[in-house]
Amino acid sequence: MAFANLSNLFGRSPIKPMQEHMALAVKAAGELVSFFEAVTGDDWARASEIQQRIVKFENEADAIKKQLRMHLPKSLFLPVPRTDLLDLLTMQDRIPNRAKDIAGIIMGRRMTIPASMKEQMNEFVRVSVAAAEQSLTAINKLEELLETGFSGRELAIVENLINELDAMEEKSDQLEIGVRTSLFALEAQLPPVDVMFLYNIIDWVGDIANRAHDVGGRLQLLLAH
Amino acid sequence: MTLFAEYSQVLFVLACVFGLFMAWGIGANDVSNAMGTSVGARALTLKQAICIAMLFEFAGAYLAGGEVTETIRSGIVELDVMAQHPDLFVYGMLASLLAAGSWLLIASMLGWPVSTTHSIVGAIIGFAAVGISADAVQWSKVWGIVGSWVITPVIAGVLSYWIFRSVQRLILHTDDPFANAKIYIPYYMFAVGFLLSMVTILNGLKYVFTKHQLEFSFLDAVVIATGIGAMVAALGIYLLSRITEDKTADKSRRFASVERVFGVLMIFTACAMAFAHGSNDVANAVGPVAAVISVIKSGAVEANAPIESWILLLGAVGIVIGLATYGYKVMLTIGKKITELTPSRGFAAEMSAAATVVIASGIGLPISTTHTLVGAVLGVGLARGIGALNMRVIGGIFASWIITLPAGAGLSILFFYIFKALFS
Repeated sequence: MAFANLSNLFGRSPIKPMQEHMALAVKAAGELVSFFEAVTGDDWARASEIQQRIVKFENEADAIKKQLRMHLPKSLFLPVPRTDLLDLLTMQDRIPNRAKDIAGIIMGRRMTIPASMKEQMNEFVRVSVAAAEQSLTAINKLEELLETGFSGRELAIVENLINELDAMEEKSDQLEIGVRTSLFALEAQLPPVDVMFLYNIIDWVGDIANRAHDVGGRLQLLLAH
Repeated sequence: MTLFAEYSQVLFVLACVFGLFMAWGIGANDVSNAMGTSVGARALTLKQAICIAMLFEFAGAYLAGGEVTETIRSGIVELDVMAQHPDLFVYGMLASLLAAGSWLLIASMLGWPVSTTHSIVGAIIGFAAVGISADAVQWSKVWGIVGSWVITPVIAGVLSYWIFRSVQRLILHTDDPFANAKIYIPYYMFAVGFLLSMVTILNGLKYVFTKHQLEFSFLDAVVIATGIGAMVAALGIYLLSRITEDKTADKSRRFASVERVFGVLMIFTACAMAFAHGSNDVANAVGPVAAVISVIKSGAVEANAPIESWILLLGAVGIVIGLATYGYKVMLTIGKKITELTPSRGFAAEMSAAATVVIASGIGLPISTTHTLVGAVLGVGLARGIGALNMRVIGGIFASWIITLPAGAGLSILFFYIFKALFS
């Protein structure tokens, strides 16, 4: 028999776990900056270490994601729609997945970045990861949004954060175009298979920013009530 | 009436003992739900909650519990029918008390929550309808009471929704929530003091000063209540002035300081909640006692028998003892489990629940404090103020209605026939 006791009225709020998940997700993505620095510096030992860390963070994020999904039954009344929250979680989770993919394939193929592109590539990774960190800042506002009941000034603050995120994703796109152009100029002199995988990596790094942008978009949908 | 001549002392003692037993049960079980929100929101420590509960449950029971007690005594059974069987009336009321008290004990041991109100009302209906006749129950009034069980959580929910929205608009959504909190919260404190005073003066005190026939006109009541409300607000302003903004805490959680200000407000609403609960639930213990005593004293069932104030005192003392001996343990458990409630939410829920319950007490309606509180919390949740609410609790509430009413009635019928056999 379900209890009518007062303490049974309160379920586990999903807000904190959502924030924790995003923190781990962006931590995993954040490691990419030092990972690329190690790779472009030919320090494969350090790169391997960092790759292990990325995998660890991604696994921890997955664990939180599973817990969250298990503890969001339909009978729970939430301040935002349950499906929207679960969608946001899925979007959040795609960031560390991509980071793991990038680190994994670079390590696996011992991929080197052409010397003339190294600085450009590092800059590109930095900007892409910055977009991810911006999305974390927005997600961290969830607790304060809850405090104000998802309306009022907090809402305006978060909407500003999402607009900034849009700008950062734009910038990342610009840098991606720049890197692709550089590679295009070099591609005839490099082994073709390596070139294809390099294009892939560039695509994936841009994905980090895109997925962070998606998180911002989902958050906006969540708030638009 | 030879029955009363022979057994009046025994019956008197039995009534008082069962009444105390029931009051003890109320203190042990029910109070924790009333005060649980304050402890869970970390607005009060357990010790503070117990002190407030002891003081204000007593005050509520004694000063404002008379109207509901009167309903339990004479508002459920048809006194004309009972007048023909005063002895059965006495057995029935004793049986109801014992039934409700035992059901309370059984359910507590099994870990089920039980509404003392539903138990006693079910028990009284049981013995009257089955033991005497179906005419012995004032069915229209009973439907009114049952209707109030459904409506009061809804009313509390609507109230809490709007109170919380007002908090959002006036305080949380502004540029300087901390400053606005200090400005507007005294108004809420005034409202709490005003409401409690109004109900007590208009409806409660006449049972305390039965000999003096204290009557206040509505205007008198408003004036006095305004005065008391102003004093409460003044006390509140003083307490608020001692809270300073903690900028470092605010960095990590923007509303940390504001919540502390609400914490002060929650002290007042906790007092109101304890008062309201005492005023409504004491009747569950002493309503039947009052019925028995009045019959024993006058030898017949009288419609206008006044409730003697010492009976309310008995109930109040019983509740306090129950709280002190066992209730604090339950409160500790409940307080630990409620982690998601912040003072700004807890206050909205408590204030609306207390207001609903205390007004019901003023009208003489016996309602369930716990269910009202659940309704109030749901109201805040609807205003998107709470992280997660378990809606299965509503199913639990319906289930408890379906189980408690027949259980109370069944036990009461059983004890009624036992008493009948024992004493005749």
